[in-house]
Amino acid sequence: MLDKNGIAKRIAKELDDGYFVNLGIGIPTLVANYIPNGIEVEFQSENGVLGMGPFPFEGEEDADIINAGKQTITTMPGASFFDSAMSFNMIRGQHVDLTILGAMEVSEKGDIANWKIPGKMVKGMGGAMDLVASAENIIVAMMHTNREGASKLLKKCSLPLTGVACVKKVVTNMAVLEITDDGFKLLERAPGVSVEDIKNATEGRLIIDGNVPEMVLD
Amino acid sequence: MIRKTVGGVVEATEGVKDNMTFMLGGFGLCGIPENSIAELVKKNIKGLTCISNNAGVDDFGLGLLLQQKQIKKMVSSYVGENDEFERQMLSGELDVELIPQGTLAERCKAAQGGFPAFYTPAGYGTEVAEGKETREFNGKMYILEKAFDADFAFVKAWKGDEAGNLIFKGTARNFNPCMCGAAKITVAEVEELVPAGTLDPDHVHIPGIFVQRIFKGERYEKRIEQRTVRKKEQE
Repeated sequence: MLDKNGIAKRIAKELDDGYFVNLGIGIPTLVANYIPNGIEVEFQSENGVLGMGPFPFEGEEDADIINAGKQTITTMPGASFFDSAMSFNMIRGQHVDLTILGAMEVSEKGDIANWKIPGKMVKGMGGAMDLVASAENIIVAMMHTNREGASKLLKKCSLPLTGVACVKKVVTNMAVLEITDDGFKLLERAPGVSVEDIKNATEGRLIIDGNVPEMVLD
Repeated sequence: MIRKTVGGVVEATEGVKDNMTFMLGGFGLCGIPENSIAELVKKNIKGLTCISNNAGVDDFGLGLLLQQKQIKKMVSSYVGENDEFERQMLSGELDVELIPQGTLAERCKAAQGGFPAFYTPAGYGTEVAEGKETREFNGKMYILEKAFDADFAFVKAWKGDEAGNLIFKGTARNFNPCMCGAAKITVAEVEELVPAGTLDPDHVHIPGIFVQRIFKGERYEKRIEQRTVRKKEQE
């Protein structure tokens, strides 16, 4: 079973040279720590920066330079700043190659719910609806089950949707799954996790095609 | 040169009244019009509709207007950092319209640029699309979103000149340029106000035509919401 960093590490293997990537808040943010050697990627933050760098050194933080999580950041050589409308032109116009975001639920059709629990948590969708409605490649990073142990990979989402039929791949603490026309296709198992474990933790339709390899993380 | 400078925040906010609709720039606490907000708190006008990506924190930004119950309705994309906001929303005192962030930006831009409405894919198939016209283009579904209609836009820039030309800094730019000229009156506050002719016209982000009033903010706290740093040794 993977921890949050393990999920991030596995997702980082999906990055390709020359990719512009938008990272959501939570596990996706950790992906920036595991960029494979020898490739160049640029991170877009929807509040208006392309070419986001690491956190600043102590004492060098600038209130005018933050990411979408409102954290102080730095910029890389070649970075640029822009307004919110242009930022979402990059997103809706499919100039961003890969979007990685967290979710509360994903359905076997690729629907995603991650912005609202009626009566409980109403924080808003931020840029998530724009991202999922437009991105060509969306990977969800999340735990396979919730705190109560219930599956987050469902036949149909129970929470208000963020987007429909948009998720392409899901990386959880247990598995890598691809969304296909027939449901969740199991691609890889996390170390120490059996196909049976994954079956038990997945409510939506799971497709197992032959031998399912264990993830290679390093 | 058409002069846009006013004496200060009091003159800049002249004409604001109960039940008006305001646009306010900023992302979180970054690039918010601190001085205009402070003056709106002082004026204690009520029944406001505020269009702003976020709602501040409990004791800063739009949170200050919420504390005095001046806001009737918030139009935002994300409101997660404010307990008083949540309390007023759940108790029904505050009306909240949550909309996708890109849609929020574009509804400002539409008002700025004279488009009554536009199609966006954001929110299709979700509760955001309820009651809205949908249409297919090239095999993909879109929803019709309308331009905002606001009385005042309050924006914050880094530098500005007497002609109302604005230059923004870093990610404090965010929604500010989108809101300029998107309301009946745009009020810009700046950290540095310079004479006309000082700014290189090639470096101007927002031309003064979109700004009716400009003033130098008295002070900027520029509060940081999430101070994240790394230690030098880690390098």
